[in-house]
Amino acid sequence: MGMTMTQKILAAHAGLDSVVPGQLIEAKLDVVMANDITGPMAVPVFNQMADKVFDKEKVVLVPDHFTPNKDIKSAENSKSIREFSKCQCLKHYFEIGQMGIEHAILPEKGIVVAGECIIGADSHTCTYGALGAFSTGVGTTDIATGMATGELWFKVPSAIKFVLSGKPSKYVSGKDIILHIIGRIGVDGALYKSMEFVGDGIQYLSMDDRFTMANMAIEAGAKNGIFPVDEKAENYMKEHSDKEYTIYTADDDAQYDEVVEVDLSKVRPTVAFPHLPGNAHTIDEIETMEPIKIDQVVIGSCTNGRMEDMRRAAAVLKGHKVHPDVRALVIPATQKIYLQCIEEGIVTTFIEAGCAFNTPSCGPCMGGHMGVMAAGEKCVSTTNRNFVGRMGHVDSLIYLASPEVAAASAIAGCIANPEKVGDK
Amino acid sequence: MRALGHVFKYGDNVDTDVIIPARYLNSFDGKELASHAMVDIDPEFAKKVQPGDLIVANKNFGCGSSREHAPLCLKEAGVSCVIAETFARIFYRNAINIGLPIIECPEAARGIEAGDEVEVDFDSGKIYNRTKGTEFQGQAFPEFMQKLIAAGGLVNYTNNKRK
Repeated sequence: MGMTMTQKILAAHAGLDSVVPGQLIEAKLDVVMANDITGPMAVPVFNQMADKVFDKEKVVLVPDHFTPNKDIKSAENSKSIREFSKCQCLKHYFEIGQMGIEHAILPEKGIVVAGECIIGADSHTCTYGALGAFSTGVGTTDIATGMATGELWFKVPSAIKFVLSGKPSKYVSGKDIILHIIGRIGVDGALYKSMEFVGDGIQYLSMDDRFTMANMAIEAGAKNGIFPVDEKAENYMKEHSDKEYTIYTADDDAQYDEVVEVDLSKVRPTVAFPHLPGNAHTIDEIETMEPIKIDQVVIGSCTNGRMEDMRRAAAVLKGHKVHPDVRALVIPATQKIYLQCIEEGIVTTFIEAGCAFNTPSCGPCMGGHMGVMAAGEKCVSTTNRNFVGRMGHVDSLIYLASPEVAAASAIAGCIANPEKVGDK
Repeated sequence: MRALGHVFKYGDNVDTDVIIPARYLNSFDGKELASHAMVDIDPEFAKKVQPGDLIVANKNFGCGSSREHAPLCLKEAGVSCVIAETFARIFYRNAINIGLPIIECPEAARGIEAGDEVEVDFDSGKIYNRTKGTEFQGQAFPEFMQKLIAAGGLVNYTNNKRK
């Protein structure tokens, strides 16, 4: 029986010629990553199993969630992974000042490449599927085991094939496409499965679009999301990494549970309403509703804090002012992106418009810090989850959107269509 | 091995942000986390839950983040078993890895109400609703996972294997 791209990567890492869905395997790991929330919890578990990590170049720690440390407990947690990194002589530990959000900085620094088997103690680890890697989120005990042994058990997933065709319109990006898809299949539509993206439409998606889409595979319940490795992906890896990569392709006779066709030319700017990422509405539907007034806009996160996201948001905001009732927070995902925003004059655009421009951090996405909401407040956010209480008070509301919809909404003071903002 | 207790019942897509909100994730102390368990969906849960009680929910229980704090806070709060139609995959792994028994059983999820007294036999996967006098067959753990659970979780399993 033919194998999907994901199944081929897993088979290769388990030392098997072939695998079938449902099979339990033990696979070798190329990268094992944790952050300042999951890492400190993993250290004592790791200590029960080993003295040394299996490979100091393959274990990566990124303090990005509650950093720069938001309180004393968080500072103690950051300290524990800092000390662990020093004691274990880890090659990849990113201190504040070099730090970026994990799922932006690992590809940017060339730590993850095509064909690898990667686990991270963060659910959005599925992001690296954009590069053609098998990459999935796990918890603390799994990550500690991975750090100690370099191996982990997996159940081989079946897959859903998403055939992307057509060219997206100007104001439609990866975020709109993935919100559209989750809206169609639901937040458990790909539960335990791979989301394998294929089709001619992929040529129109930048790497940043693909990172955004693979990032949110978990929001459909998927084990991983994965893209084929084309010239764009190879160029990205050559530019960012010295690592050797392996290109896997799905067999022609690979089995899929389902095939979903997506015409990208028909996807509209899309917003996920509270309290599920699958609660999708097009901007056209929203324009027929009573205006949804907002208090906050967040542009950033592992989903949409990359350079193209910054450029797209700035292009909408240029020459406009943030609505007086709105707090607009822009958070570039890495120091490199931060610097590039300065060099391209984008920071000037944001600040002149009235945005706060912050240091890289997960920040408000999970209600940690740098933009926590009060009761009754509403936020348009380029992040990935709009669960109850996610960004602060249990009675606050989150609307998930693209950087352009977020920027247009910041100007209008209500959820707005970027196509109608107009140049100034 | 079995579980016996009263049921707290919830709906679809109970996410990890309501099981244990991120504002409490600056700690990984089990007892402290347990005192905030389920606070954003059921503020009374942590006060009312008794050792042995069960949670029964519908689809996609535990969706969202990879925080192992979520199954840990339920286990430390005294929850003996979570029964759901389906579980989100990271929560499923995490629960097994720390030894919180979970069972997928759509019929039980529909046939059990809040406050029912329920007994679960983990060896057979049988679920008894003592209040209503009904019985359901839940999915028993695959052999691989039974070994892992018998070892007392992934840490012991890994240590045993490496000896």
